[in-house]
Amino acid sequence: MSTVTSAVRLPQKGSALVFLQRYGVYLAIALLLLFNLFFTPNFMTIDNFRVQFIQVVPVLIVALGMALVIGTEGIDLSVGAVMALSAAVIPLYIGYGPLPAAILAVLAGCLIGLANGTMIALIGVQPIVATLSLMVAGRGIALLVADEQLKSVIDPGFLALGRGTIAGVPYSVLLALVLVGLVAVLVNRTTFGKQLVSIGGSRRAAELAGLPVKRVLITIYILAAALASIAGIIQTARLSASVPSTVGNLIELSAITAVVIGGTPLSGGQVKVLGTVAGALLLQLIAASLIKHNVPDAYSQITQAVIILLAVYLQRGKAVLK
Amino acid sequence: MTEQLSTAAPAPVLEARGVGKTFTGVTALQGVDFTLRAGESLALMGENGAGKSTLIKVLTGVYQPDEGELFLHGEPASFAKPVDAQHAGISTIYQEVNLVPLMTVAQNIFLGREPRNRFGLIDFRKMQEDARALLATYDIHVDVRRPLRSLALGMQQMVALARAVSIDARVVIMDEPTSSLEAREVETLFRVIGMLRSQGIAIVYVSHRMDEIFTICETVTVLRDGKVVHNGRLADLSRVELVALMLGRSVEKVKRGGVTAFGEVKEGEGEPVLTARDMSRKHQISGIGLDIRPGEVVGLGGLLGSGRSETLKAMAGVMQLDEGSLTVDGKRVRSGSVAAAIKAGVVMLPEDRKAEGIIPNLSIRDNIVLAALPRLSRAGFTSRAKQDAIVDVFMKRLRIKAASPNQVVSELSGGNQQKVMIARWLAMNPKVLLLDEPTRGIDVGAKAEVQALINELADEGLAIVLVSSELEEVVEGSARVVVLRDGSVERELRGSEVTEHHLMAALVGENHSPAEESPAEIKERL
Repeated sequence: MSTVTSAVRLPQKGSALVFLQRYGVYLAIALLLLFNLFFTPNFMTIDNFRVQFIQVVPVLIVALGMALVIGTEGIDLSVGAVMALSAAVIPLYIGYGPLPAAILAVLAGCLIGLANGTMIALIGVQPIVATLSLMVAGRGIALLVADEQLKSVIDPGFLALGRGTIAGVPYSVLLALVLVGLVAVLVNRTTFGKQLVSIGGSRRAAELAGLPVKRVLITIYILAAALASIAGIIQTARLSASVPSTVGNLIELSAITAVVIGGTPLSGGQVKVLGTVAGALLLQLIAASLIKHNVPDAYSQITQAVIILLAVYLQRGKAVLK
Repeated sequence: MTEQLSTAAPAPVLEARGVGKTFTGVTALQGVDFTLRAGESLALMGENGAGKSTLIKVLTGVYQPDEGELFLHGEPASFAKPVDAQHAGISTIYQEVNLVPLMTVAQNIFLGREPRNRFGLIDFRKMQEDARALLATYDIHVDVRRPLRSLALGMQQMVALARAVSIDARVVIMDEPTSSLEAREVETLFRVIGMLRSQGIAIVYVSHRMDEIFTICETVTVLRDGKVVHNGRLADLSRVELVALMLGRSVEKVKRGGVTAFGEVKEGEGEPVLTARDMSRKHQISGIGLDIRPGEVVGLGGLLGSGRSETLKAMAGVMQLDEGSLTVDGKRVRSGSVAAAIKAGVVMLPEDRKAEGIIPNLSIRDNIVLAALPRLSRAGFTSRAKQDAIVDVFMKRLRIKAASPNQVVSELSGGNQQKVMIARWLAMNPKVLLLDEPTRGIDVGAKAEVQALINELADEGLAIVLVSSELEEVVEGSARVVVLRDGSVERELRGSEVTEHHLMAALVGENHSPAEESPAEIKERL
């Protein structure tokens, strides 16, 4: 499930490096858990893990979309703004009930994805430029929609999304699991998934093979926005308030980090869904471990930076091995 | 094949002696001797992969030679970086102008050496006056305050040329300078070249257009497979002789022989499956018409730059046509859409397999089924069983050698990659197969296999168009050959005319009379 090609490669030179590239993120999680088992009181408890899972959900969902975009050799910086817009839409329509409000919030977010996709696929704007412009504009629109105000949301049905559980598992975590499954199926078992990685592998070759490159690209950016909108809805439910000015700030960086340390190369052509999940979890566990040891947040950020460098270095090693 | 220049020639400006260059085991240049004298205009000729661009890059400091030496004005010289060569007076004009499009003409000409006023700021007035004066010496009149990109391409090239010369260039290397110019702009370029030569500036001219070479150049150096095969005066060569040198064929001893793995070829019968009429696109092809019948291999001959690849691209929907039509089985095919061409049954094996063909990171299976995937899926969900059925058939039939269908395609040899590409298209049940250099860069064994396969596919009724820069492949693989020159159909060879000799004559445009034309007559004709 974790590799798109599911290609069987024979053992080759530098197999330790290959091992690290493929399983490094899982190894890091295992080591971190081991460390916490011995040195952090009350870490290996169900309650703690419930908290960690709840906290990782927004980044994880955003990272799923980011992984699709990066698989096409793109990038989406506007995901935080999309979260803000969907958060801003919720209080406007919550009167019609939680579901209609959520659907409208996702649709609003998808409009930003459509704008991204159109600029990138049809006009040929570089993904980083197109999504940067919507990162700025999108949050502006969100603030306009919300009248620049923080609004509390008290609909009990809606808040259940943030607090309710089934057999002790929070709704939001279940939702995230379902989305992981859907994206994994999309990537590994559908025509669309194959076309996505083909475009990332060689856009020119994909065009010459008659693939609907533009349509696939636009759809990918809409999907990424839809996933970010869902993250925005979950975040709003958890906070019991729509906070378009801050929700999703800098989340694009965490999402990109999760994707990259999960083994999806920034050069596209591969999407590692399980790796992305592990990447998001690793980030969350590092932050949590440091907090439990009262290490200032600044160090957590520095640790993230080191991990990104390590992950990108390993990917570069892969290119050399080829 | 020896130095034929008279002893009275001016002193050499730039010389290379015994230059060699190797890239990871592939020899690009070997023992190259090259001499350029002041005021000379030298044509550097050679087909794809002959080493022209490597030599230019060695002369301009982009590459360092592995062996041999460069001499500038008789002194040993070495250029560690392109800027060293520029400072030594060697300028290069590329077909794509490499100046700053948003800056004005004057700013571009004086980029990096702007005149200053007494406050140390740029003196724009002086800069503009100087730029205007400089251009006027070449009879070029243009508003120097306009941004460069607002000028026509030809004019931009003149500006680049003026800039080069004003930095005291002694050598100007022009790489395909006319490929995007209008006829009038070419005239201006030639006039400027003449003025530069009268100032003692030496010109190295690289072009695939024979007419231009014979008009503007005085001497010629021909490269083939990284070696110099000829140095001498252009006036001593006929066009056929020059092409024979480039392709490594002797004019007299051209005979048909079993060099390739092609079997017997025959012309197709019945109604054409593909009919192209008046296909035109500015600067690339004009008025090309073709009829391709089921079961025949039609060769598309032409030198590099003749429009052969463009013609294939137009038929495959990769290149949008300005004019003209393409019909397959009586139905008009929309131009500029690969999907429409594939749907009509026209598929193309692209020339650059690595960049335009394979998806390197995907498996053999994924690469083979790429185009056929929608057909092999149900409601968008892929079916491994359906894929495996197809992949298995083609891997066996085309004898693709691999560990398994799961192997990543970039790990395969060039020949096997090419077979994967052919399998991708055969899985689409095409009617017309367009092959652009199907055997380039693959080893001899695989080459013979691909050639035999082309034969076999035609026998089964597929219509095939074959482009190859290897003469014997075109001649032996095709029942008839349509020869292109400068973007138009020059001639069609059929039956007994399909020989290397006839093909070469047609390549250079010696249409019906193989008699020699003197360069003077050719100039006259222009």
